[in-house]
Amino acid sequence: MIDLDVVNLSRFQFAATAMYHFIFVPLTLGLSFILAIMESVYVMTGRDIWRRMTMFWGTLFGINFALGVATGVVMEFQFGMNWSYYSHYVGDVFGAPLALEGLMAFFLEATFVGLFFFGWNRLSKVGHLIVTWLVAFGTNFSALWILIANGWMQNPVGAVFNPDTMRMEMTDFAAVVLNPVAQAKFVHTVSAGYVAGAMFVMSISAWYLLRRRHVDLAKRSMAVAASFGLASALSVVVLGDESGYLTTEHQKMKIAAMEAMWHTEPAPASFNLFAIPNQAERKNDFAIEIPYVMGIIGTRSLTTPLLGIDDLVKRAEVRIREGLVAYEAMQRIRANPQDTQARMTLDKTWPDLGYALLVKRHQPDLSKVTDADIQQAAVDTIPNVAPLFWAFRIMVAAGLYLILFFAVAFWLASRGRLDSRPALLKIALWSLPLPWVAIESGWFVAEYGRQPWVIEGVLPTYYAASGLTLADLAISLAIFLVLYTVLLIIGVKVMLHAIKAGPKSDAPAPRPAPADPVAAAVDAY
Amino acid sequence: MDSLIPFDYATLRVIWWVLLGLLLIGFAVMDGFDLGIAALLPVVARTDAERRIVINVVGPVWEGNQVWLITAGGAIFAAWPLLYAASFSGFYLAMMLALVALIVRPVGFKYRSKMEGTRWRGTWDGVLCASGVVISLVFGVAMGNLIVGVPFGFDTNMLRPEYHGHFYQLFSPFALLAGLLSVAMLVMHGAVVLAWRTDAAVAERARQAGRIAAVLAALLFVAGGFWVAGGIDGHIITGAANAMAPSDPLAKAVTVQPGGWMANFAKWPLAWAAPALGVAGALLVALLLTVRAHWLAFIVSALAVAGVILTVGVALFPFLMPSSTDPRFGLTVWDASSSRLTLWIMLLAVAFFLPIITLYTAWVYRVMRGKVTHESVDGTPNSY
Repeated sequence: MIDLDVVNLSRFQFAATAMYHFIFVPLTLGLSFILAIMESVYVMTGRDIWRRMTMFWGTLFGINFALGVATGVVMEFQFGMNWSYYSHYVGDVFGAPLALEGLMAFFLEATFVGLFFFGWNRLSKVGHLIVTWLVAFGTNFSALWILIANGWMQNPVGAVFNPDTMRMEMTDFAAVVLNPVAQAKFVHTVSAGYVAGAMFVMSISAWYLLRRRHVDLAKRSMAVAASFGLASALSVVVLGDESGYLTTEHQKMKIAAMEAMWHTEPAPASFNLFAIPNQAERKNDFAIEIPYVMGIIGTRSLTTPLLGIDDLVKRAEVRIREGLVAYEAMQRIRANPQDTQARMTLDKTWPDLGYALLVKRHQPDLSKVTDADIQQAAVDTIPNVAPLFWAFRIMVAAGLYLILFFAVAFWLASRGRLDSRPALLKIALWSLPLPWVAIESGWFVAEYGRQPWVIEGVLPTYYAASGLTLADLAISLAIFLVLYTVLLIIGVKVMLHAIKAGPKSDAPAPRPAPADPVAAAVDAY
Repeated sequence: MDSLIPFDYATLRVIWWVLLGLLLIGFAVMDGFDLGIAALLPVVARTDAERRIVINVVGPVWEGNQVWLITAGGAIFAAWPLLYAASFSGFYLAMMLALVALIVRPVGFKYRSKMEGTRWRGTWDGVLCASGVVISLVFGVAMGNLIVGVPFGFDTNMLRPEYHGHFYQLFSPFALLAGLLSVAMLVMHGAVVLAWRTDAAVAERARQAGRIAAVLAALLFVAGGFWVAGGIDGHIITGAANAMAPSDPLAKAVTVQPGGWMANFAKWPLAWAAPALGVAGALLVALLLTVRAHWLAFIVSALAVAGVILTVGVALFPFLMPSSTDPRFGLTVWDASSSRLTLWIMLLAVAFFLPIITLYTAWVYRVMRGKVTHESVDGTPNSY
């Protein structure tokens, strides 16, 4: 049947390529806005240093952008390549935001990014500024659509199972777009990207200031990055995506897992500052608790209880039994499409159909399921607690540190004293990896915490994989491993080369506005 | 909800078949010349300065052009999920090959001229050339495999896609011919753009290469046509296909008939316009390059590319991906589509965005118009 080794390698490959892709994405999100801000200042003040800043950071943006584009194609293709049952089962819903991402976002971003680089001498000031803003909007629209797609994996709204086509089908597009989980994720994720962009500018500027090179440019860049970074770092936390966590059953499981909360506590629950989770015995071997905090964070209330893992497992068991009823009805419809009785049963029970598929892992023939199989499948709904618990804390710690860092930087920048504190400059330099640490940990929590589901409550991950062979996976993994390592080395090398070379001080100022009537019309506008 | 949709299911499916063709043609016409130019890089440009000219012809636009591929991929996922699932997983290692080329291409364009050194730049030139050849070849081979049939099926209970072939089997003689046709066609297309947008020695070599590629493309296309008519099994749905039914690829009966892919041309004689456009277009490109009518040559070359892709689409219709394992598993326009609502919403999205995309893309090309020369490369900030 389904080769679990192939499933595990497919999961590893998707996780690795996605996390690698997401090294470059946040920087694109953040830098594109920073570029637009810098160029806006240039157009408004006419001071040439702001143009040079835009061009310099633009060069680094381009080096990063190339790797983002290169690794992004992989993501879209992999759904079909490695997750063919997923693609069939939810393509009717999940494909739409992906196609819209291309139509609305990628075209905008990619068409104008060429003009951003090559258009300096061919466009007027305002014309070029508009192009830069369009690139920034394009990158952010793409984040919107991909997070609508991802949000649907966490909270699959606006769709229903159709036994005639054996897949989920869209019933309400607006619900998919306005999915609260997706909206919260969008703000959270793009804000985190802005923080990464700001940190990048801070660190490299600090490096210049420490060497007393390009001081004017570096100080101004740092001031922009400090204010942009502080606003973004605050927005990551204030508009964090936890608010969306309680909307569905498994999101409750995810939050219980990342808090290592095995048992339901009386409201408001306490927060485990430190714990050593014991998955086998479903308890914490050791924990330092802060009373009330978790209940307030998790439910925004003092009286709503937060369900612990044990209770959620019990609820999963109920849904599995209901899911087996749905599965049996679905089988009857497959045998006889005219079976109206079975159709009525499935209409009521289909939301639990995915839970029956969880049992298939233990008993492929669902007519022979025992209580032990059901209990085993219910336990499967617990994600691996310890990694989630720690990844979440790493993310939060890094996030809080970044708020503090940007607050100090902003305070110094507003008094024009950024370069008077070498210690801060060194901290800025060495803090460079932290936004990425927070971002990758956050994605880990979101996606690893979704297990065993690929679409929460609808489709288990193991069931979604393609029927590939181990040899297929070994070859593709080896290719990615080698290629991505080489690319990372090359990318860093080219990036460092450009940073060391620094901004071109003698770059010619753009020529006067061209005689192109369309461009002139844009300028007049 | 369904009552608000002005088109019936069958009409929406046909519209999406047309849109799929449009997006694929968009990719072949727009990104196709980037691929052809990359493949021609070592042929038409000998010195570093010449190579920079060639690369900077596509420099400002290749990123936008590549989005045609990304959007076509997304649209197949959204509108033809079974096709997306079965083809991408079935062609797994071939897709990996294309992915490697698609991964190194952006890096090559972007990084090549960021550092000095003949080894650095020479390596990237080789990488760019290989990426152009490999991507064109793999997509052509995939098209060829659609024509000969793909060894795939489904588990009939849960409709899980299953694949029964091996990587090396994809490279059958006919599929290789389709791959070579794809390379020749896109090299022709790229050469036309180079002849148009560059001058002196580079343009002269591009004209020469373009003429050869155009004649070669016409010959390979005609040879492929005779092959299809003479010896390749075509699939035909027996009985009335239910174009309005929910998408279930197991619900039909199919017969296989040598030369069966010619049936549509017999049924609709007007369909001959597509292959005619392919052959005549390619030959005309060779002529137009000789008389240096470059702008016109580009239009005709784009039409020839469209003609070749349309020919495949029309020949297979209503099939999208026939199965050589069991013909009844083959995916068709009537049984591999998304739901009516999804097709409708996606149609609205395309109808809204595609004209806007066309407009701003045209504007960008307009801003970047003119010949790319030594002077323009040196005078443009950020040039590759």
